[in-house]
Amino acid sequence: MNADRELLLDMTDLRKDFEGLMAVFDVSFPVRRGEIVSLIGPNGAGKTTIFNLITGVLPATSGSVRYRGRELRGLRPHQINALGLARTFQNVRLFGNMTVLENVMVGRHARTRYGALSTAFRLPAARRAEREIRERAMRELARVGLEPKAGEGSLSLPFGQQRLLEIARALATEPSLLLLDEAGSGLNGAEKDDLGRLIRSLRGSGITILLVEHDIPFVMGLSDRVVVLEHGVLIADGTPAQVQGDPRVIAAYLGEEVGGKC
Amino acid sequence: MQTRRIPANTVGLVVFALVVFALGAVDLVRPFGLRFSDLTGRVVTLDTMIRIGILTIVVVGLNLLMGYAGQISLGQAGFYALGAYASAILSTLAARHGILPGISDAWWWPWLAMLAGMGLTGLFAYLVGRPILRLKGNYLAMATLGLGFIINIFSAEFPSITGGNDGLTEIPRLRIGEFLLWPMQRYYFLVWGAAVLVILVALNIVNSRIGRALRAIHTGETAAATCGVDTERAKVQALVISAMMASLAGSLYAHFQSAVSPNPFGFTTSVELVTMAAVGGLSSVWGAPFGVATLYVIGDLIKSRMEKILPLQGGGYELILYGLLLVLIMIFLPSGVTAGGMDALRRLRRRRRPDAGEQTA
Repeated sequence: MNADRELLLDMTDLRKDFEGLMAVFDVSFPVRRGEIVSLIGPNGAGKTTIFNLITGVLPATSGSVRYRGRELRGLRPHQINALGLARTFQNVRLFGNMTVLENVMVGRHARTRYGALSTAFRLPAARRAEREIRERAMRELARVGLEPKAGEGSLSLPFGQQRLLEIARALATEPSLLLLDEAGSGLNGAEKDDLGRLIRSLRGSGITILLVEHDIPFVMGLSDRVVVLEHGVLIADGTPAQVQGDPRVIAAYLGEEVGGKC
Repeated sequence: MQTRRIPANTVGLVVFALVVFALGAVDLVRPFGLRFSDLTGRVVTLDTMIRIGILTIVVVGLNLLMGYAGQISLGQAGFYALGAYASAILSTLAARHGILPGISDAWWWPWLAMLAGMGLTGLFAYLVGRPILRLKGNYLAMATLGLGFIINIFSAEFPSITGGNDGLTEIPRLRIGEFLLWPMQRYYFLVWGAAVLVILVALNIVNSRIGRALRAIHTGETAAATCGVDTERAKVQALVISAMMASLAGSLYAHFQSAVSPNPFGFTTSVELVTMAAVGGLSSVWGAPFGVATLYVIGDLIKSRMEKILPLQGGGYELILYGLLLVLIMIFLPSGVTAGGMDALRRLRRRRRPDAGEQTA
């Protein structure tokens, strides 16, 4: 239904070979502007590896990742971020030696600049830029509801809020595409509902979402499209309804894991 | 809006500067005929205080590099040497060989040489930093160690320029117009003025965009990179800043000693600098002056008191005690004497006013 939308991210035959272990095997799928796409699959299916390949954290063995037609392979993570891709991590990687606000301020790094002399002597240019960084970071914190916690140490937050902080930090880099790696894991029911609302509101503000998630009901209710991986191989790509009815998916994945869970 | 509060670091810096300048003023004013060294029972002299000031500048830079960016340098004495030699060479040879007559003997020439030294050392750090900072942990330590050795060895070569193993002498004292920054009582204010300025700059850097990037790299390089931080660039910037600070200190050293030679810039000095940074504490720029002072004071105390405690021949026992004290400091104050001292103060205050409790977070 979204086939006419602009192609934002396009993977073709993406492969990652960890010295003989095929973590991602020739995976191809597109992400179109304005979509919420979920990547699901049992543990070890290669979901996080795909995130690492897209964001330049790991080099791909072969294949290509194009963002707005531009090849991302060979670029370094900060260059990929500068193009408009931001991500969170499966096991939350905050800067523990900084406050909540400072964590988000780091996200403004590439979007602001002031000279060496201004930095050294805190000249007006530096003060002005710092004020803008601070204000923008506060706005991103407000977006995820963490504004009141701005001055706290980032690791003193409860786990659910740490996940939200990581999202705020990613948002501060002004992404067009946001990759959320298991943003819902470790959250309770109410927190998950809030997360779902947040993700929808982000999409509403023009950010495309690619999501790795374990919670199948959560994914099915939220996503426009679901991509299913098993052992590094793409086995299904379609709407939640299509995927749920796919016999391969049921056999390989839904049958054993979710059947037991739900 | 909350009421505007003056940041703790600003208060700290003002108090610190006042105390340091007041100590220096003792020797200028000589109240009741007292000298600075009388205040310390002749353990710490003004000469020592100047040396502490000079090394504080180096260690502030090292603190940024190690404590904030998380990159070790075992070759910092090399950058220190580059500054010292830049000042020594430019302010003696040019005048001696009549290069640029009328300019190379002007009062501002050595100051220009100092700036040139900082520029050259910064450029050098930039060029070697790119390849070196790709290394991590032990490999980085080894590479910087090698770098320090190379600079040290080179400084003993080319005797016509560097003076070889004997080094260079008769480096002129610094002047501002006709005002000579000498004797020592005057030079003290230049050194500590520079040290206070360097601390100010370091504090500004820590609370800037680049400072946040460095702290981010320290805790999570991958996370920092995916947040848009060019991690290689930020690390090179930290190295360049620390190298320029070391170079400034080197220049101040050259004009203080009036002589330079390869000896004081060797591997031992690099290790001492790292020790000072660690003893002072790597979690704050404020670790630098107290780390340097602690090592100097312990060293001087042992030197002057040891014979009375243990009247044995040979200096070996001094080193043993010195080492033992360092080990004890690192065991009992692992975050350094500065943070350790602050914690102890806070605990003492809390004990006195038990109701004050945990309200200051």
